Amino acid sequence: MKIRLFLVFVCLSAAGIGIAFVGGCAPTKSDKTADGRTIVTYWEKWTGFEGDAMQAIVDDFNKSQDRIFVERLPVSSIDRKIMLATAGGDPPDIAGLWSWAIANYAEKGAITPLNKMLAEAGISKTNYIPVFWDLCSYRGFTWALPSTPATMALHWNKKMFREAGLDPDVPPKSLDELDAMAEKLTVVQIDRKGKKARVRYTDLTPEEKEARDFSIVQLGISPAEPGWYNQMWGYWFGGRLWDSDRKITANSPENAAALDWFVSYPRKYGLRNMQTFGATFGNFSSPQNPFLAGRIAMVIQGVWMYNFISKYSPGMEWGAAPFPSKDPAKTPNVTIAECDVMAIPKGARHPKEAFEFIRYVNSQAPMEKLCIGQRKFSPLAICSPDFVQKHPNPFIEVFSDLARSENALYVPQISIWNEYVEEMNVAYDRANIGAKTPRDALTIAEERVQWKFDRIMRRWDKVKEERIKEWSQ
Amino acid sequence: MTRGEFRTLMTGLAFTSPWILGFLIFTLYPVAASIYYSFCDYDVLSRPVWIGTLNYHDMLTDAVFWKSLKNTFYYALVSLPLGLILSLLVAVLLNNSVVGRPAFRTFFFLPSLVPAVALAMLWLWIFNGEFGILNYAMNWAWTKIGVFAAWVSAFFSDAPLHWPKPHFPNWLAEEQWVMPAIIMTSLWGIGGTVVIYLAALQDVPRELYESADIDGASTWTKLRHITVPMISPVIYFNLIMGIIGALQVFSGPFIMFGGSGPNRSALFYAIYIYQNAFEYNQMGYACAMAWVLFLIILALTWLATRATRKHVYYAGE
Repeated sequence: MKIRLFLVFVCLSAAGIGIAFVGGCAPTKSDKTADGRTIVTYWEKWTGFEGDAMQAIVDDFNKSQDRIFVERLPVSSIDRKIMLATAGGDPPDIAGLWSWAIANYAEKGAITPLNKMLAEAGISKTNYIPVFWDLCSYRGFTWALPSTPATMALHWNKKMFREAGLDPDVPPKSLDELDAMAEKLTVVQIDRKGKKARVRYTDLTPEEKEARDFSIVQLGISPAEPGWYNQMWGYWFGGRLWDSDRKITANSPENAAALDWFVSYPRKYGLRNMQTFGATFGNFSSPQNPFLAGRIAMVIQGVWMYNFISKYSPGMEWGAAPFPSKDPAKTPNVTIAECDVMAIPKGARHPKEAFEFIRYVNSQAPMEKLCIGQRKFSPLAICSPDFVQKHPNPFIEVFSDLARSENALYVPQISIWNEYVEEMNVAYDRANIGAKTPRDALTIAEERVQWKFDRIMRRWDKVKEERIKEWSQ
Repeated sequence: MTRGEFRTLMTGLAFTSPWILGFLIFTLYPVAASIYYSFCDYDVLSRPVWIGTLNYHDMLTDAVFWKSLKNTFYYALVSLPLGLILSLLVAVLLNNSVVGRPAFRTFFFLPSLVPAVALAMLWLWIFNGEFGILNYAMNWAWTKIGVFAAWVSAFFSDAPLHWPKPHFPNWLAEEQWVMPAIIMTSLWGIGGTVVIYLAALQDVPRELYESADIDGASTWTKLRHITVPMISPVIYFNLIMGIIGALQVFSGPFIMFGGSGPNRSALFYAIYIYQNAFEYNQMGYACAMAWVLFLIILALTWLATRATRKHVYYAGE
């Protein structure tokens, strides 16, 4: 009796463990549809209307042929999940990533180079606005193709311009002009002989400016808002974050000048005043977003900002123009370009079919449909003539022109970009609160990133030949 | 071993086998693997490369590692004693026979049932420098004191009192206030500890208090010389659990700051492990850090056990 019981338990637990293992590692469902089409799994970050726009393309593709069926799955924190799924040997066939993640994924062997398939399909750089092709390349290989692109531009609130006595249709042409306009656009509340008064910053007496004993009601611009691109302010001063080889240049004179400009705002308006004002900001995606709420007159934002304006502040009169650089004659039309990309993870079961879909998305009509659906511009070199007319964003050309600018820059293509961002944020923090001078803060950041970068490069040197051989196959 | 004993052993093992297998596969193996990885350059995706003690060596020169360690110790050193004392006081109060005692006990325990994420969002608003209720309350109190002070000073002088208008901290944006804010949030969760204390307090023999009363002992003396020694094993238990919990703190600050906070003031050790493992793909380094944390906790627990050995009273001994 007891022996039998023992056997039953052993069998049960063995079965349990077995199921756990098989369930975790092996495909549990068939990768064919009932009518025999190959299922291609596609993980993508988008939800909401962006997800719907992509789903429409997926549906079109599924209808257009009868061999492949694409299944789109919206996934949050997609970069980490794809990394873990790939490490676990069960990745999706298509991964919807960001361009800035490519270097890290490629170097770690998490995605596969597309060169061969691209050559066969006859797709090359000439098909794209060059910057987006470059964004998909790393170490001489192409790792992904764009799905939707983005560039950053100055957005301004025309009503606030008018109230400040500025021409609402003329954005600043240089950074110095922007600073001057920002002063006019800034309104503070101040105690004057026991009476509270709201005045424009430009109407304060020199003593009042010096004392900074006021609270900010509205601000022309805050370089710390939204704070996503702090590490790249140097681009508007002609700076770069690395020398495209082995040297991190966080502390170049241009980057230091950018940080000097950044801290000039808390110095001018008072750090505490800025912090208190900053505490009133709500979430980015909410009506309390300071730009959407009319509390900040100018902001640097990507092509997606239009969606948030029409959702949370539909009545706003606004404009978009290139964010002015320090020396507009030398470095005109500076922008940060990035794009969403589609890559094929290593270990994907249907790379050929996956590429079919990626290729479909990158053909003109579907791409334009997707980009209109997501209110972006097309990353392709050729664009149909009525694209701009059909596009809901009245300033869409500003963004697509910026993408074609020679100063359309992007994040350094290094695999430790996450660390770089973290160190630069700390440096900006330190300089902002005055704990360190901009120079010292950047020196520390540069040393730390360089230290990490050296370690990565040491490893790369060891595996370089093996990797390049593997990628060339 | 007789046949019967062997059979009993086998049956016992069979009944525990699901757990044993689970432990071997899901706990022991990962733990052992993490020791191996801690000596490797491992990014999860490529093959781990043996690099000897380089990860441990790098820790010595990694300023951020030290900062995270310093932050964690700062937090532990303040929040742990504060939490232990406060929860003991609350437990003693709740142990008194007052009307509505069960209700009070529930109130104090309830906060520890709130999920960490919801709690973190709540604190974000409480500590908000502009709209936060904490600063609002302090401002209100300060103004009221000002009115009172002006009323008093009017008796002594004709000059109007200049009552300063202080700047209340912007808790989550100012580096020096971040840690005090996090410590305050930690005190919110003392409910669990209070319940454990309460259970222990019930076990203290009444007659000890009665004889102390006859000798005319004060409340403080009774607390100091009867309550605390009698529940010392529970205090010891809470201390050890507190050390472990405080050094592993993660979710609250992680959600509130989404990373490391202003100038890394909210970068805790466990958060830095997470960043290395999942954001920077430095799994080898993260494993090494995890083992160092394990050794630190082991050492502190051993120290705490040694230091309290003479003061912990077990009725059985």
